[in-house]
Amino acid sequence: MKRTGLSVLAAVVTAIGCIPCAAAERRAERVVVGSKGFTEGIVLGEILAATARHAGLEAVHRQALGGTQIVFKALERGEIDCYVEYSGTLTAEILRDEPVASAELLAQALAARGIAVGAELGFDNTYGLAMRRDMAERLGIRTIGDLAARSADPEVADLVFGFSDEFVQRTDGWPAVKAAYGLRQVPRVLDHALAYRGIDSGSLHVTDLYATDPEPQLHDLVLLADDRRAFREYRAMILHRADLAERAPGFVTALTSLAGTIDGSRMAAMNAAVRLEGRSEAAVAVDFLRDARGWDVAVAPADGLPRLAADLVRATGQHLLLVFVSLLAAIVVGVPAGIVAERMPALGRWILGLAGIIQTIPSMAVLVFMVPLLGLGWRPAALALFLYSLLPIVRGTASGLDSIPAHLREAALALGLTPWERLRLVELPMASRSILAGIKTAAVINVGTATIGGLIGAGGYGEAILSGIRLADPTRLMEGAVPAALLALGLQGAFDLLERWLVPAGLRTPRG
Amino acid sequence: MIVVRDVSKSFGGHLVLRPTTLEFPRGRTTVLIGPSGCGKSTLLRIIVGLVSPDSGSVTIDGETLTPATALALRRRLGYVIQDGGLFPHLSGRDNVALLARQLGRDAGWIRSRVAELADLVRLPTAALDRPPGAISGGQRQRLGIMRALMLDPAVVLLDEPLGALDPLVRYDLQEDLRRIFRDLGKTVVLVTHDMGEAGFFGDDVVLLGGGAVVQRGTLDDLITAPADESVRRFIMAHRLPGVATEGGGA
Ligand SMILES: Nc1ncnc2c1ncn2[C@@H]1O[C@H](COP(=O)(O)OP(=O)(O)OP(=O)(O)O)[C@@H](O)[C@H]1O
Ligand SMILES: [Mg+2]
Repeated sequence: MKRTGLSVLAAVVTAIGCIPCAAAERRAERVVVGSKGFTEGIVLGEILAATARHAGLEAVHRQALGGTQIVFKALERGEIDCYVEYSGTLTAEILRDEPVASAELLAQALAARGIAVGAELGFDNTYGLAMRRDMAERLGIRTIGDLAARSADPEVADLVFGFSDEFVQRTDGWPAVKAAYGLRQVPRVLDHALAYRGIDSGSLHVTDLYATDPEPQLHDLVLLADDRRAFREYRAMILHRADLAERAPGFVTALTSLAGTIDGSRMAAMNAAVRLEGRSEAAVAVDFLRDARGWDVAVAPADGLPRLAADLVRATGQHLLLVFVSLLAAIVVGVPAGIVAERMPALGRWILGLAGIIQTIPSMAVLVFMVPLLGLGWRPAALALFLYSLLPIVRGTASGLDSIPAHLREAALALGLTPWERLRLVELPMASRSILAGIKTAAVINVGTATIGGLIGAGGYGEAILSGIRLADPTRLMEGAVPAALLALGLQGAFDLLERWLVPAGLRTPRG
Repeated sequence: MIVVRDVSKSFGGHLVLRPTTLEFPRGRTTVLIGPSGCGKSTLLRIIVGLVSPDSGSVTIDGETLTPATALALRRRLGYVIQDGGLFPHLSGRDNVALLARQLGRDAGWIRSRVAELADLVRLPTAALDRPPGAISGGQRQRLGIMRALMLDPAVVLLDEPLGALDPLVRYDLQEDLRRIFRDLGKTVVLVTHDMGEAGFFGDDVVLLGGGAVVQRGTLDDLITAPADESVRRFIMAHRLPGVATEGGGA
């Protein structure tokens, strides 16, 4: 009966593991749009996807794929066909070691990667410094230059600056402004959302933002003009695969027609519609296209309960897939590694040490390594989870074997069992409780960690959690967090049942 | 016949067995006695190949024990471990039948052999299907004996096999084991602390002390003609009826 239990488990897990192989195929008439993980990126992605639908193509929007590196690499590998990037990001982050001073040089550098530069949308989402309107008017400050020029005024010198960590760190952020204007204030570093609170309460006077952020209207801020051009330009431009012109000429034409259609205030208004009014990115995109181009494109997914249910089912499937594929692989590798670790303690220290080090690598870093190798989707996420699952399983196996009393090992030896028979009939069954405990730990941790799947288009509960964080929308966050917690609990219960079934009765009687 | 030639063993610099030569004749029962820690179990474990001696060799029925021959030799031995050594994850029955199953013996044969052995050691059938953790110490010892006898080995090594049994069961089991050993002509080495048991089983008693053989003979020889003071004191300590004790002043 025990043996049947194990093989049924193995069969189920293998079956689950096969689903994605079939689903990963890609058809020709389909275009894949990508986007970075913030509201504006997603709105622009929805605009590109709706444009493709208008051009008669099937469009998939792999939204919120994470940071610049992940999305750009995905485009480079042809896993997505297009997305919107900013000129400053291209030159400062992606092509920073290449000569891209002119538009021609930039186009050349990208062409070498199979990428074409498409339309510029018409806005510059640069960094900016913003200040409370009442205070700016009272002090007569309209530009960043004024801040520097009036620094002898004690009221100006005492202004409190509060910036996001990223802005303070990036060389094209605070360090650039500080140097260009000779500003001497020491900024406080704080979370962006909290900065607006500080502005409202009056404890903070100047903060950083993006030019198209909707918050200045809401919090009554004025954007200070960058009169010395300290900030780089962040002109929004469409990047697409060069071969798209052959594969979908109509789409490329339609994309080109978007040139100059979005100015800064329009982008800010669309951001506000999502961030402040709670409208969906897709609906905002469709409205924009109707308004600016006269196209009538249907909003793809319906809102409301059916969507919630459908999303939940899909996310649960994706989440389980990630958890089980990675867990199965980790069992296949981790148990033998645990056996080796116990047999050869010197090697074992290395194995456990390595598994421990892997455990400390942040998941984002693992993804940045894996995406270029494995592309987007469930594969890199499953690989990251696999790596994280190794330590508990290796350790559970090694310590389970290690705790077998010497006289019982001797008994197995004295009986005349071969080494393989001893392992299979005596040692592994005796260690089964500890091995299963390791697998259970790995599974439960995996349920939590699998939310990283939301960063790279693997889906799962992470999508809802990440967009909940991005939009500061607790309901959306709960749509991911609650099922993830329930799944973790359910899995824990399932493993407790599995333990009754798999661990021999004689080992289950309470021990010391 | 088991021949132990010039075998010695020390653990971490502590000499447990001086170079010792012993023969255990075929078809006979030899009893090993001696004070606790004198190396009785170590000697048995060397014969089974669980501990490799620092020097010397072991030959069983003409075949010398080496790492290459150990597996085959062990399958022809029955070894009852001092503390039972039953696997906690298997039922009593599965413990007894483990090797037989592995060797592909027929399930019907296994079932009847287990029943026969349970009958022999007077083990209640209910105890067969429980894990070792859920039966009494005496029942575990009987399972240990069953496991050793399962494949009817020609050579049987028993390390204090009856220590945890109540006197009545022990009495019966001693009778039965002696009958089996004699009738089937087994070569037996039995370790015990109990002089009465030693005399009952052994035509031949070997007294170990200080890592060496101190005296070998019948129990009567040991009692009537102790080789030295240590033997006399060891015998005396058992307070056997009719043997002089220190204060007895015969
Ligand atoms: N693996 C080992 N490592 C170190 N010392 C050991 C080991 N095995 C046995 N010894 C020591 O060797 C000596 C003999 O042990 P052994 O078990 O053979 O004694 P024994 O005669 O069977 O005693 P008892 O009657 O108490 O069972 C003891 O001092 C014991 O502590
Ligand atoms: Mg002993």
